[in-house]
Amino acid sequence: MLSSMEKSIAELRETFKNGGTKSISWRKSQLKALLQLINQNEDSIFKALDQDLGKSPVESYRDEVGVLKKSVTYTLSCLEKWVAPKKAEVPLLFFPAKAEVMPQPLGVVLIFSSWNFPFTLALDPLIGAISAGNTVLLKPSDLAPACMSFLVETIPKYLDNKAVKVLAGGADIGERLLQLKWDKIFFTGSPRVGRLVMAAAAKHLTPVTLELGGKSPAIVDTLSTTPSKAKVTAKRIVGGKWGPCTGQACIAIDYVLVEEKLASTLIELLKKTIKRFYGENIKSLKNISRIVNKHQFQRLVNLLKDPNVADSIVYGGSVDEEKLVIEPTILLDPPLDSEIMSEEIFGPLLPIITLKNIEESIDFINSKSNPLVIYAFTEDDTFKKRILSETSSGTVTFNDSMVQFLCDSLPFGGVGQSGFGRYHGKYSFDTFSHEKSIMHRGFYPEIEPRYPPWTDFKLLFLKLAYQFDYFGLILLLLGFKRS
Amino acid sequence: MASEVEKKAVFDIDSAKEVVQELRASFVAGKTKDYEWRRTQLKAMLKLMDENEPQIVAALRDDLSKPELESSIYEIAMLKNSCKLALKKMKHWMMPEKAKTSLATFPSSAEIVSEPLGVVLVISAWNYPFLLSLDPVIGAIAAGNAIVLKPSEISPATASLLAKLVANYMDSSCIKVVEGAVPETTALLEQKWDKIMYTGNGRIARIVMAAAAKHLTPVVLELGGKCPVIVDSGINLQVATRRIIAGKWGCNNGQACISPDYIITTKDYAVELVDSFKCELELFYGKNPLESKDLSRVVNSNHFARLLKLLDEDKVSSKIVYGGERDKSNLKIAPTVLLDVPQDSLIMNEEIFGPLLPIITIDKVEDSFDLITSGTKPLAAYMFTNNKKLKEKFVEKVSAGGLVINDTTVHLAEPTLPFGGVGDSGMGAYHGKFSFDTFSHKKAVLYRSFAGDAPLRYPPYTNGKLRLLKSLLGGSILGIIRALMGWSKA
Repeated sequence: MLSSMEKSIAELRETFKNGGTKSISWRKSQLKALLQLINQNEDSIFKALDQDLGKSPVESYRDEVGVLKKSVTYTLSCLEKWVAPKKAEVPLLFFPAKAEVMPQPLGVVLIFSSWNFPFTLALDPLIGAISAGNTVLLKPSDLAPACMSFLVETIPKYLDNKAVKVLAGGADIGERLLQLKWDKIFFTGSPRVGRLVMAAAAKHLTPVTLELGGKSPAIVDTLSTTPSKAKVTAKRIVGGKWGPCTGQACIAIDYVLVEEKLASTLIELLKKTIKRFYGENIKSLKNISRIVNKHQFQRLVNLLKDPNVADSIVYGGSVDEEKLVIEPTILLDPPLDSEIMSEEIFGPLLPIITLKNIEESIDFINSKSNPLVIYAFTEDDTFKKRILSETSSGTVTFNDSMVQFLCDSLPFGGVGQSGFGRYHGKYSFDTFSHEKSIMHRGFYPEIEPRYPPWTDFKLLFLKLAYQFDYFGLILLLLGFKRS
Repeated sequence: MASEVEKKAVFDIDSAKEVVQELRASFVAGKTKDYEWRRTQLKAMLKLMDENEPQIVAALRDDLSKPELESSIYEIAMLKNSCKLALKKMKHWMMPEKAKTSLATFPSSAEIVSEPLGVVLVISAWNYPFLLSLDPVIGAIAAGNAIVLKPSEISPATASLLAKLVANYMDSSCIKVVEGAVPETTALLEQKWDKIMYTGNGRIARIVMAAAAKHLTPVVLELGGKCPVIVDSGINLQVATRRIIAGKWGCNNGQACISPDYIITTKDYAVELVDSFKCELELFYGKNPLESKDLSRVVNSNHFARLLKLLDEDKVSSKIVYGGERDKSNLKIAPTVLLDVPQDSLIMNEEIFGPLLPIITIDKVEDSFDLITSGTKPLAAYMFTNNKKLKEKFVEKVSAGGLVINDTTVHLAEPTLPFGGVGDSGMGAYHGKFSFDTFSHKKAVLYRSFAGDAPLRYPPYTNGKLRLLKSLLGGSILGIIRALMGWSKA
């Protein structure tokens, strides 16, 4: 007796087997349908995001709707190119031969998305999976329930139900899904759950992509340049911390590193910018998301409970439990062994760590596990080179925050504890594809020395052949080389 | 004597930890990142091969009775080529790759920078113990990593030769060989690596991946499967037969992950095919193949017993049409061809990895595709045909790591083709630049300037900003201008 879950997946497998997702026209029609879904339901999407996270329409458009539209449009325009086999060079020795690499869909894929960008993180991987010709089961996070319901109800109205399914539910559903065999699992979330996903995948030898997180630092070295650059730096830091879902983003700035003597200047600039963007205090807070639920709210409040941490607050700190709001909070040099400095914050608290010399930021960052992004505000080319070669992170962005997410030609993914695998643009297509090598040979000419019985002549011939020493081969064949 | 015994103390979790710590310190100190260091190591590897070819051939003979030609060509020559290619192209591979930027992030420039992953573990297999150990190491070195190599204990002479040679020729503060079996491998797998590459079977691969999951370590698994060969009529049968023989018994006597495992042909063509095999096999290996010096032996008595179990199964043993002889004391089984073994026999349900070649017959060639796709995805699939439509169907329908038409196994020697599996035959790929890539992290880098800071990114959020954002992300210049002028609808 198959459960309804297993029946759904059997249907996905059947659809894939029958070639239902193979044709480019099917893939394009699905992508176009997805675009229609987004265009025709923008208001509902804004509403769901407001309900789950308090996101304003501009933030929702900027970080979710707009990103997705761009991603679908880009994929539609490039799909024919991506699907085409790529020729590979073949050495003369194999003549006549043709070699190529052809991308093929992996089969039935499972996508787990996260609650903080419930549309982008669900549908962007979906775009990749469909474009690569797979059937998909999408499991959105139940921690953003309005968005999850929207996806469950709306996707079947636009996309091919036999090939794309959405399953609602919590961790228990996730666990059951992980027991089954998939051809690929794409997971966005925390390292803790990432381990469970990979361990489950190991039982079936299922390849995985894990988009995790970490403490993404911002190195600030530009405050002593022009005032306008300093202002822009402050805006980009504020925009990169509280802009995306009030800091609940894997690529949000987690903490800032700045030289001691510039700390107070930075803090003043940040305070001014925060007030201008979000309001003077917690009562008049606007243009900012809220904390997703009580559990996360409590976790963040607990980070501030440590008296040494509480003492380091230089701005903000007020909370509203009923509305699940924590105002933008800045801390100056909280103890480095406190939880706020050892765990990924994922919220509106910004520690500023001061250093004697900004170059120390490299060692500081390296003392922690590899983050998803390193942001560096600097115009010093030597320092930039040092950061690039002496630190490791998924991405490095110079002089800005967040925008690397919009770059379709840059791979988006982590390294070390921040994950492995990548997507966006063509990388999404690749991550859901298998690159199959194909070699075409002709029956002629035949190279006799390939076959036994072995002789010294054949050995020498093959040695020369493997060195592509065509001249030596000719000499051997003409009898001018002795074995 | 006592100190010798002490020196060979148990390699346990603490020893594994120490090794990783030492390598991590070397990596952090930047030793392996240096281009010159990478060059010196690769050159040292070439020297290692040039100066020790007879010893390597002898070790392979000890472990596998591998014929000298197979050792010289399929292990040493291939490895030398791989090394030379890396030396030649490494600088180019190491260069950052420019990436395009769009209007959404204007003005900006972007690139993708390759960086080493850190400290990597390479676990290799027993059948090509030299090649499958050092080929991944070449990629890891070229990409700038520190490495532990764990060769297979089932080929002990090669493992111990590797340990000796690597210690003598290469930088042991950055590249180490750890010999041992299950306990030592388990100790290694407990540690945190930045990448693990495993070549072997699916059962162990699951253990490797589960261990890697604890540390979120990415893995490359090069496994195997039942590599089928479809043989159509209307081809040059002699050439096809010889190429199948070369790929099967010519590759470590069938003990290779990409060896043809079984053949599918039409009922009509089967007899001709079998006759062709009988003829060519005798030409290659003589009337007494058990005495031929040109065949590897079966690696050990476990595998010997395993293969006999496949061969001696009741419903299978009657299907032998050529061969079947065995010599237990020398661990030899003669090249054996079987015709029409039942689908539910043992021999058709596990990877054979030995000198037994079943031929399955079907009514028409097209039926072979469904037969293949009903099983798990193999590492390679082969087809001999001159029919263009069939070639296209084969390429379209059969999912495998790699496909070859009108030959077998040669794609292995092509460094521009990624070599790896899919589904049960593995994940990830290597060879050529793919080796470099597999041991690298491709770091995305975006350079922005302070000019062009669009206020529409920041709060306070207004409808006007929303309009502008829509146009900007939509990429249309006209849309942007209209929005700026306030002419577009919200």
